[in-house]
Amino acid sequence: MEATTVTRPRPEIVMRAYREAPKGWLGWLSTTDHKRIGIMYFAAALVFFVVGGAEALLMRLQLAQSESTLIDAQTYNGLVTMHGTTMVFLFVIPILAGFANYMVPLMIGARDMAFPRLNALSFWLLVTGGIVFYTSLFFEPPTAGWTMYAPLSDNAYLPEGGVDAWILLIHLTGASTLIGAINLIATIHNMRTRGMGWGRMPLFVWTVLVFSYLIVLAYPAIAAAVTMLLTDRHFDTAFFDPIGGGDPMLWQHLFWFFGHPEVYIMILPAFGIISEVLPVFARKPIFGYKAVAASTVAIAFLSMLVWAHHMFATPTATVVLAFFMISSMVIAVPTGIKIFNWLATLWRGSIVFKTPLYFGAGMVGLFTIGGITGVQLAVFPADWQLHDSYFVVAHLHYVLFGGSVFGIFAGIYYWFPKMSGRMLSEGLGKLSFWLMFVGFNLTFLIQHSAGMSGMPRRVYQYPDTGDLELYNLLSTIGSFVLGIGVLVTLVNIVRSIRNGKIAGNDPWQGNTLEWFTQSPPPPNNFDVIPTVRSVEPMKDIRREVAKGAGQQAGSVAQPVA
Amino acid sequence: MRLRLILLAVIAALLVVAPEASADLISPESGPSQNANDIDTLYKITLYIGLVIFLLVETTLIYSLIKFRARRGGPEAAQIRGNTPLEISWTIGAALILVMLATVTFIYLPGIKDPPASKASAIETAEGSDYATINQKEPPGGNALHISVNSQQYIWRYDYDDSKDQLFSFHTLYVPVNTTVTLTIYSSDVAHSWWVPKLGGKADAIPGHTNETWFRADEEGTYDGACAELCGEGHADMRTRVVVLPADEYEAWAEQQTADIKAAQQGLAEQRKEREAADEDAGAVTPTEEKKTTEHEKNPPPPPGEEEAP
Repeated sequence: MEATTVTRPRPEIVMRAYREAPKGWLGWLSTTDHKRIGIMYFAAALVFFVVGGAEALLMRLQLAQSESTLIDAQTYNGLVTMHGTTMVFLFVIPILAGFANYMVPLMIGARDMAFPRLNALSFWLLVTGGIVFYTSLFFEPPTAGWTMYAPLSDNAYLPEGGVDAWILLIHLTGASTLIGAINLIATIHNMRTRGMGWGRMPLFVWTVLVFSYLIVLAYPAIAAAVTMLLTDRHFDTAFFDPIGGGDPMLWQHLFWFFGHPEVYIMILPAFGIISEVLPVFARKPIFGYKAVAASTVAIAFLSMLVWAHHMFATPTATVVLAFFMISSMVIAVPTGIKIFNWLATLWRGSIVFKTPLYFGAGMVGLFTIGGITGVQLAVFPADWQLHDSYFVVAHLHYVLFGGSVFGIFAGIYYWFPKMSGRMLSEGLGKLSFWLMFVGFNLTFLIQHSAGMSGMPRRVYQYPDTGDLELYNLLSTIGSFVLGIGVLVTLVNIVRSIRNGKIAGNDPWQGNTLEWFTQSPPPPNNFDVIPTVRSVEPMKDIRREVAKGAGQQAGSVAQPVA
Repeated sequence: MRLRLILLAVIAALLVVAPEASADLISPESGPSQNANDIDTLYKITLYIGLVIFLLVETTLIYSLIKFRARRGGPEAAQIRGNTPLEISWTIGAALILVMLATVTFIYLPGIKDPPASKASAIETAEGSDYATINQKEPPGGNALHISVNSQQYIWRYDYDDSKDQLFSFHTLYVPVNTTVTLTIYSSDVAHSWWVPKLGGKADAIPGHTNETWFRADEEGTYDGACAELCGEGHADMRTRVVVLPADEYEAWAEQQTADIKAAQQGLAEQRKEREAADEDAGAVTPTEEKKTTEHEKNPPPPPGEEEAP
């Protein structure tokens, strides 16, 4: 056998015959197409976003006045728990999984995910988890906060099934997320198209890869912790019960060993979206591609070493607090690198003001505030005042709403044309942005002050001392403006699915391969898998097409807009 | 040009407003106790450094968005892919700022963490009690008021460890002015967190662990606080109050409270004797009566301090 003819088989999904998928709802139920699964992730996540948002507005309504009696204590604690859990496990993670599912195969020039059926399983586990959790509304919702601190979450204090529903939610959505992460890792490692080395991978794919590894490292900790809580509650073990020789601090360590990487799991893909959106609308390459990719990896590594900064007020030796202060500060360096690189990407660009750019720039501005308050919280003696107060509520919303959600909205406006074939309305989009931007800052900026005036988080009533009532009233007004802003985007989505302007393949002059195929992409994504020669393959393809004066050039086998 | 004017106006407005604004608008509560004051200063240092970075980022962002927006016939976007010296320098710059912050933290830490001596005008607490603490240093001179804070759903019990006779109060902690007060904090059920903002930071009460904190109120007054860790249905009602009294008023309160507690306990003993006498008069004890008695004993009349809880 001649050595020259031996080529290593490349793993890729090659369609042999096209079997017509069932039509209608059965088609959606039985699909293993990464694009359909991605859309279902979106739909489910947005439904839970509305539910979680309604819970938030109910809480704000209660807090509009001091000592208000609209909602009773235990209902309020239920709302706190449902809101936090819903937003983390049923909105942010699933919608990011939706983006990853839909976009990663397209961006790396693959025809589907590595394990399409596993992909479907992962989605249906998520839905099941959400349903199991929300059925607790019909008996007794959990009331110990999304952090579910032991021993409050033990059966001695909360014997009702709500905590068990939460535990099952963690197991089901946790399994869903883990399976999805493994699938994404396998896909990204093995199914990149010809020429796409690590140095040419789109930054969104980089963040999804790191997101997936982080999930694999962090989720087992929470799976173990909730299993221990389950046996504590029902089988008389005492992992977290000091009377039986257990330790409530163990719960806090295990929870935050998962919980802090989780924060970065929720923000990294949003970073990736921003790193895609800003260069496209500034008409410039990303500034410092390698630094942006490397800082993603650095953030992920460090995020495993900072968990106890959630426990600065617990009885813990000062040397331990000092370690976690320094590690938490160090993580600000790669995060700062990202922010500076984004600014440098806009610098001397030719910035096109479309809605994705609004949300992208808004995210950079708002996340910076969350980052700065994050460093302030890392200073542990200062944290003794700020911890568990509304300052932390404000901080986490600047990171998770200002950062993740604004990033997610940038992604929605950026990729909706690809997913539906139609444009979202720019007018409604910009209206939505301004309502959300103003409403968000009105809601959360003043909460820093509420916290520093002595308002603890998770209270359904607060005393009318100082300006607390004014702060809270402003915050409540802001939250409703924010809510209307979100609603405008949802209306925009529903309207544009049928009535939006036809998008064409590449409405934004994108840089990455998803803009190469049709909108929405055909089931097999690409008839011919393109070869990649740089980090911006679509720029190369456009250039080639232009050079050939209308003739399709090189490997371009599909019509190029 | 217009942008610069707006910016100048904003900065001028901030400079005018900032000193006028109430302290808690931009920094944590402080005033009567040194630890709270030090935290306040430390926080403000982080705030000012943060503000510089905030202004740097946001002005660059807004400037770029306005200056470099696409215009007809405007310049093409500069195809810059990076600038290694620039990237290295802002990495080092960010790291240096954080080294500085960490250093400042360690400078302020002892003042926040370690209790100072009571002032000369402080009351003499009991016979120079010798307490071993796990993490927190004993105040120099040893003249300090030692309080055990027992948190429970949903009330705070304060035990005065230095008192020879039993002395405790619920909800409200009475302390003398100028005296260092060390608190040993524990929980008898779920996790709580003791927080009186004007007297310093939080200390979590974790079942199975003891935590420590301290304050020394140099001003008389009433300082309100609350539980800062979600502890169940009554979490929002689990508030507390520290009343700082002049030395003589504190002594008088302690004497009265001690006497009240003693009287309540004697009253309890008398009630028991009366009940037993009544039972003997009635002859055989019926099961229902016996049950009533036990229940009554389980719920003795509330100790004096509790009545003062609002």
